[in-house]
Amino acid sequence: MLFEILEVYARPDFPEKLREHVVLSLAALLVAIAIALPVALLIRNTPLGAAIAINIGNVGRAVPSLAILALALPLFGIGFGSALVALTALAIPPILINASTGLREVNRDIIDAARGMGLSGGQILSRIQLPIAAPVIFAGVRTSAVQTVASATLATFIGGGGLGDLIVEGYSSRGPEILLAGAISVAILAIITEVGFGALERAFTPNGLKIAQSRGKR
Amino acid sequence: MSNPVLLLLQDVLEEPQLIDWEWIRENFTEDIVPAFQGHIFLSFVSVAIALVIALPIGVISARYRKVYPPVTAVTGVLYSIPSLALFAILISIPGVKIGPSPVIIALVAYSLLILIRNTVAGIDSVPPETIDAARGMGLTNRQILFRVELPLALPIIVAGVRIATVTIIGIATIGAYINGGGLGALIFDGINRQFPTMIITGAVLATALAITADLLLLGLERYLRPWARRT
Repeated sequence: MLFEILEVYARPDFPEKLREHVVLSLAALLVAIAIALPVALLIRNTPLGAAIAINIGNVGRAVPSLAILALALPLFGIGFGSALVALTALAIPPILINASTGLREVNRDIIDAARGMGLSGGQILSRIQLPIAAPVIFAGVRTSAVQTVASATLATFIGGGGLGDLIVEGYSSRGPEILLAGAISVAILAIITEVGFGALERAFTPNGLKIAQSRGKR
Repeated sequence: MSNPVLLLLQDVLEEPQLIDWEWIRENFTEDIVPAFQGHIFLSFVSVAIALVIALPIGVISARYRKVYPPVTAVTGVLYSIPSLALFAILISIPGVKIGPSPVIIALVAYSLLILIRNTVAGIDSVPPETIDAARGMGLTNRQILFRVELPLALPIIVAGVRIATVTIIGIATIGAYINGGGLGALIFDGINRQFPTMIITGAVLATALAITADLLLLGLERYLRPWARRT
C-alpha cells in the first residue's frame, strides 16, 4: 500500500494539484489580510467598530466552510475564482477579530506615556500599538492560514482544484491509494502550515514582549 | 446602476431558480426535516462522546502536569488535520464502512482538544485558598474534585462545549460526503444537481443551527456563572 501511495505522488499531475492548493490558500490569505488589516486599523478607536468586528467573528465561526464554498457556486460559477472568493470570505473573520482586539487591548498607560513623550498619532500606531499587537494579530493570521489550507480541500467540490481533487478521485473511483495519498498530503500541508506560522508568530513577537512574557512565567 | 455590487445583487434577486419555494414546500417533511434531525443527532452524539472522553483526561492532565503537553500535542495534531482528509483516512481503515460512524469518530477527535483544554483551564481557575479551605473542612481529594473543583470549573467547561459544538455543526456538513447524513447531504445534492435551492437550504439551516446552539450554550454558561452576570 505504501508503495502505491508513493506512486500517486510520482504522478505528473501531483505537483500541479499541490501548487493549486498552495496558490489558492496563499492568495485567499493575502487578500483577506489586505482587507481585514486596514479595516481593523480604521475601526480601532470606535466602540461600534469593536462590536462589528466581534459580530463578524462570531457569525463567521458559525457559518460552515462547506456552506460558504457551496454558496459561491450559484453566485460566481464553477472554478478557481469562485473558490478564491469563498476562501477569502472564510479567512477574513479570524484576522479581523484578532487585529481589532489586539490593537484595542494595548495598555492605555503606554499610549499616554508615548503621547506625553511627544509622539504623533501615526508614530504611536507604528511604534507602539502595532509592535505590541503584532503577536495577537499574527495569531489571527495563523488561525486563518490553517483554516484556509483545510477549507481549500473543499474547493474541489466547486471545481477549484487543489489536493481535494485526489480525495474525490480516490473516493469515486474506489482507489484507496489515491484517496489516502490525497488525505495524507493535505494533512501534512496543514500541519506544516500550523508549525510554520507558529514559528513566524514567535519571530513577530518583539524582544521586549518576549522578556516580559518569560518574566511573567517565572 | 453601474455599481457592480448592485448589478450582482439585482442578478441574484431576479434569478428565478435561486430559491425555489415550491421545492422547499414539497420536500419539507421528506428531505429537509430528516436532514435537520440527522444533523442534530450527529453533532449531539459526537459532543457527548467527546465529553465522556475529555473530562477524565482533562482532570488527569490538571492533576499530573506531565501528562498535559503530550495530550495537547496529540489532540492538536488531530485538530489540525482537514476534515475531508480525516474522513478519507478513517474510511481507508479496514472494517470502517462509510456512513455516520466514521463521521462521529472524526467529530469526536476534533472536539477533544477544545474540551480538554477548557477542562484544565477550568480546574486551574479554582483559587488555591478555596481548595485549602475545603481540605481544612475535612474533604477528601475525591470530594474536593466533585464538590469544589468541577462545579467551579463548570462555566469554563461549558464554554468549551459551546466552541466545540459550533465547530462540530460546521464540520458535520462535510461528513455527508461519506454518507454521514445531515444537512450536508442537501448541500452536496444541490452541488451535484446544480440546484441552488438545496445548497441554500442546507447552508442556512446549518448556520441557524450553529447560531442557536451557540446562544443556548452561552445562556447556560451565564446561568452557571451568576457572579459574572452583575458586572
